[in-house]
Amino acid sequence: MRPTEEDDVSQTSHGIGGLSYDAKKRPWPAEFNVFLALVILVAAFELVGRVFLGDSFLFNTRENVSGLFNEQRLQIIILQVSIVGIIAIGVTQVIICGGIDLSSGSIVGATAMIAMSFAQVATVNGNPNPKAMFIAYGWTDLPVIVPLLVAIGCGLIAGLINGLLIAFTRIPPFIATLGMMVTARGIAKWWSKGQPISFPTDSFAAIGKGLMPVVIFISLAILFQLILTYTKYGKHCYAIGSNEDAARMSGIKIANHKVLVYAIAGILASIAAVVLSSKNLTAQAGMGVMYELDAIAMAVIGGVSLSGGRGSIIGTVIGSLIFGVIISGFTFLRLDAYYQEMVKGVIIVGAVVLDQWRQRRRAIGA
Amino acid sequence: MSDIVLKTENLTKHYGGVHALQEANFELRKGEHVAIMGDNGAGKSTFVRQITGVEQRTDGKIWFDGKEVNFAGPIEAREAGIETVFQNLALADDLDVPSNLFLGREKVLFNLGPFSILDRKAMRKATEAALVRTAVKIPNLSSTIRHMSGGQRQCVAIARTATFASKLIIMDEPTAALGVQETAQVENIIRTLKENGEPLILVSHNMRQVFDLVDRIVVFRRGRIVANLRKQDTDGNDIVAYITGAKTGQAELQAA
Repeated sequence: MRPTEEDDVSQTSHGIGGLSYDAKKRPWPAEFNVFLALVILVAAFELVGRVFLGDSFLFNTRENVSGLFNEQRLQIIILQVSIVGIIAIGVTQVIICGGIDLSSGSIVGATAMIAMSFAQVATVNGNPNPKAMFIAYGWTDLPVIVPLLVAIGCGLIAGLINGLLIAFTRIPPFIATLGMMVTARGIAKWWSKGQPISFPTDSFAAIGKGLMPVVIFISLAILFQLILTYTKYGKHCYAIGSNEDAARMSGIKIANHKVLVYAIAGILASIAAVVLSSKNLTAQAGMGVMYELDAIAMAVIGGVSLSGGRGSIIGTVIGSLIFGVIISGFTFLRLDAYYQEMVKGVIIVGAVVLDQWRQRRRAIGA
Repeated sequence: MSDIVLKTENLTKHYGGVHALQEANFELRKGEHVAIMGDNGAGKSTFVRQITGVEQRTDGKIWFDGKEVNFAGPIEAREAGIETVFQNLALADDLDVPSNLFLGREKVLFNLGPFSILDRKAMRKATEAALVRTAVKIPNLSSTIRHMSGGQRQCVAIARTATFASKLIIMDEPTAALGVQETAQVENIIRTLKENGEPLILVSHNMRQVFDLVDRIVVFRRGRIVANLRKQDTDGNDIVAYITGAKTGQAELQAA
């Protein structure tokens, strides 16, 4: 898929013979198109802003702040997508593998509640912490590793259940993860009987402070881009999503791989839960509602094919930035928040239609 | 016995009441190219599926490479050295050529379980070597299979069988869906395999192709082997007579 990888061997010793191949006909990487869409979108907001508001979307126009760009806006754009972005990383590898995960938003809710209850301080303003569920056991002011491990455990269990159901009962991923979506949301509400849980320890609160969500999102994105490109795991994800029968014939252990894929998606959702509850200093049963759909939308906008086999984390990251730019751009244009959702819906459908169209055109051209 | 690569004895497969394959006795010697012919439903593909472990036989014995074998699945057969080019190709469309060649048996740089780092350079090198060995011409290795023509796909599938030290290659109608030029290319690959002394079973409907390429022709009819003839002892009309049942061939088989 990389036009730069023109190899002299493949051009000479195999390039002759009856079957011709036109290198110019090779499509450029899908990520490039997505990036182009991002640039066009930013340019559109910039233009509309200059014309109608006399203000710049991208650049710094204030006298009292230094720097070329409006750094505050750029920070907000990436900060508000980074938590769903973490989920989208997991969802991307699930979709590449030919599946879907609807449960991630609910896993965020359940994990946030459970992990937060292990991250409670003992006293608030000199009084015993009213929210600490386990204060009677003395489980307060625990080291930060405890809620972290609890969270990852929750995500892992949920993901494993998803994976095992899909791999061994052979029910469609849509149904398995839909079941988990409803169940995990139920657990989130049941955990504290609907009460929010607040007052986390300072060390827990530090995880989501400031730009930490962005740092975590980008680090995980780089890690998984490398995993999907350079490891056996990544190669098998693409192979299974591309042609499951071929992958099975080739000796890939499909069931094991799927369990691993969904388990990793669950863990990433639980990491998002930690970052989110830490950032908000509270956990609520309704946390993460619709996050699964936003994550899927980010992946789809980023060029990940819902039929599996195609896409990348880089694409999803750019897709998440498109998401952020839209939200931020609407705020910038002082348009009502309702329009955001309407436009988001249009963009999701538009992205899939474009992808289908691109695929069809490519198939005819080949 | 030592130069016999594959031998089946009374190989039988019933699908419920359907006797798809009955008492097939078959032998393949080192370096030999054998064609399997027959009408649709004559048992050709059934025969291949029993050998490659895709299905489990009802009765009979199979010897491969001097040992009696019982393959539980196609992967076991492949590990034993039987490489098959299936009609449905079994390629992953979204992967490039080296990834497809090494699918399920990737070369690894560092072993980290499922997260083992791939040795992409080595796989690329080995792919190039395999393509040279089979004389397969693929213009661009890093192009995905999706962007290739039917002939190129077939070539990749065939090159895959030659990448690994296979002891037997089976091709199930490799040129059925190909154009003239692409068919010629696949046939050239098969000739290269012959020069390299790699034994081959070719399932084909194409009479010209069979007479061009193989040493021996085995005809299936109604689940039975009705003819087993060296190419120079027969001709097209003769083979057609066996395929259609105009000639039954039991007498000849006994004599041979």
